[in-house]
Amino acid sequence: MKAARRPLPVWADIILLPLVNVALAFVTVGIIVRVIGVNPFHALNLLIAGAVGSPESIGYTLYYATNFIFTGLAVAVAFHGGLFNIGGEGQAYLGGLGCGLAILALDRYLPAWAMIPIAIAAAALFGAAWAAVPAWLQAWRGSHIVITTIMFNFVAAALMVYLMVNVLIAPGSMTPQSRNFEPSSSLPAMTGSALNLSLALALGCCVAVWIFLWHTPWGYALRTMGHNPEAAVYAGTNLRHMTMLAMCLSGALAGFVGVNELMGVHHRIVLDFPAGYGFAGIAVALMGRNHPLGIVVAALLFGALQQGGAELAFEIPTITREMVVVIQGLVILFSGALVQLPRPWLQGLFAFRRPS
Amino acid sequence: MDDPFALLFLTAAATLRVATPLILCAMGGLFSERSGIIDVGLEGKMLMAAFFAAAVAAATNSAWWGVAAGIAAAEVMALLHGLACITYRGNQVVSGVAINIIAAGLTIVWGNAWFQRGGQTPALEGDARLMSLFFPRAGDNILVYVALLAVPLTWWIIARTRFGLRLRAVGEMPLAVDTAGISVSWLRYRAVLLCGLLTGLAGAYIAVAQNAGFSRDMTAGQGFIALAAVIFGKWRPFPALGACLIFGLLDAVAIRLQGVRMPGIGEVPVQLIQALPYLLTVFLLAGFIGRAVAPKAIGVPYEKEH
Repeated sequence: MKAARRPLPVWADIILLPLVNVALAFVTVGIIVRVIGVNPFHALNLLIAGAVGSPESIGYTLYYATNFIFTGLAVAVAFHGGLFNIGGEGQAYLGGLGCGLAILALDRYLPAWAMIPIAIAAAALFGAAWAAVPAWLQAWRGSHIVITTIMFNFVAAALMVYLMVNVLIAPGSMTPQSRNFEPSSSLPAMTGSALNLSLALALGCCVAVWIFLWHTPWGYALRTMGHNPEAAVYAGTNLRHMTMLAMCLSGALAGFVGVNELMGVHHRIVLDFPAGYGFAGIAVALMGRNHPLGIVVAALLFGALQQGGAELAFEIPTITREMVVVIQGLVILFSGALVQLPRPWLQGLFAFRRPS
Repeated sequence: MDDPFALLFLTAAATLRVATPLILCAMGGLFSERSGIIDVGLEGKMLMAAFFAAAVAAATNSAWWGVAAGIAAAEVMALLHGLACITYRGNQVVSGVAINIIAAGLTIVWGNAWFQRGGQTPALEGDARLMSLFFPRAGDNILVYVALLAVPLTWWIIARTRFGLRLRAVGEMPLAVDTAGISVSWLRYRAVLLCGLLTGLAGAYIAVAQNAGFSRDMTAGQGFIALAAVIFGKWRPFPALGACLIFGLLDAVAIRLQGVRMPGIGEVPVQLIQALPYLLTVFLLAGFIGRAVAPKAIGVPYEKEH
């Protein structure tokens, strides 16, 4: 039956295959839930109710989705340039540091209309700077960006612990956190939930990334580099500059997680606020097929899982909220590493349907 | 404690205790990477092994069953990595990241469901733990010696056996190996399984020897330090051992150096010492201290011509 080797129709490749991949991840999760003795459908009902059951829970879902959009876009922009940025976690951390430092320095002197844009710019700058070092090392010194960005996550974590414990800790505070920000730096937020104006920033970033990647010469050069670096060189692209551009944009996008977390929710610098969003961005980008629209859909799903998972863990004590982490990992596995697994099945199916 | 020799001995023992999982893990990573399979999932395999080692040791009250369960758990994850990277030719880094995240989540989910202690396993005591063999104060359990033996053994396998020669060839130029009529996939699967065995031992060591039970995220980045050691050792066993010992020593003295003023430098932040393995690896990769050249075919799935 060699006929099964025929390529899939385009729509099946773009829509059906990713759906099958995600479905495989969720079936696996269902089995895991069953193994620990919980009815998966009962769990699913609780999860959906927890994610979209009330205006507040929808607010939390959208707040989590905001973070996933930022880190998903960050991974996607680098990926279009053929670069794998695993450093979203550290870049988000440093982005938060940047916006926090700007606020701590200026919030007593500036009104909100000046403070908020400056803080957002500082988050982007610090995130971009933390990504620029691995980018520079890859472009000029030939070190592998995957390894360098992994190592930089740990360096960022150590740096933040040092700064929080020794430098930025509020006087008289027992826990390592900075003083509270003045209200001028707070983003308008929904009452009763953590949703804040960062969502608008995230959606704006989606549009900007879409325009940049598909409607500017730089975006074209970046995608050319990702598809075929030699062709990009022939076309006159400077790969070193493009690597820097892609990684700086990626880092800036990841840095915006700090805006959502610190300016929207915590209103001070705290430890560990990136909480795995940087890694989850890989799952979001893979599931969203590196397209801003797909990333928004995937981020909404992951946001709903994060919020619904918290409610689920509250209702059923045998399930913890780390279940969501398992789902993220399985999505990365099935939509990323095992993406070709269902292709022969689908090819067989289509060959069977049209036996010409 | 004032005796300088006793201090030296205890520091050396502490270094070795900390370095043992790094050494085992690094030798595992070395097999995988020399065969051309990137392994950023060392951390996840080790974490999974630590969890199952502790869970089974607690259930059977036998450290040996714990070690066996740890190896089995790591092998399952290794097979998953092999399936994704070798059979389905997926992205090896993506697969490794997936394994890390799945392990981080699943150990807590299962731990909580089975033991109801917020992701911890019951504390192990007596026969459920591996104890010191010769020097009670040094914590020299059998896995420490296994780790030390694993290094020359790894060197011998890679440098002196037919399997090792083929393994190196498959990491540099798989087409040549395939042309000689040797299966690239089977060679790489064996490398990945060896990696599972060694990371399994490393995880079991952490849970049933170094500590008395599993706690959430207990590997705490040691898999990445081992990966750094593989790169730092330029993908060779003895230099990788050296890197593990240096990183272990840094870890062992980090606590002693907290708040101590060094002459000429002042107080060294303990976080800087903790970040040093990562920073050194970045410097090495950037070519500032020597040059680390990876196996040529690393990260590239092998596609057999039809």
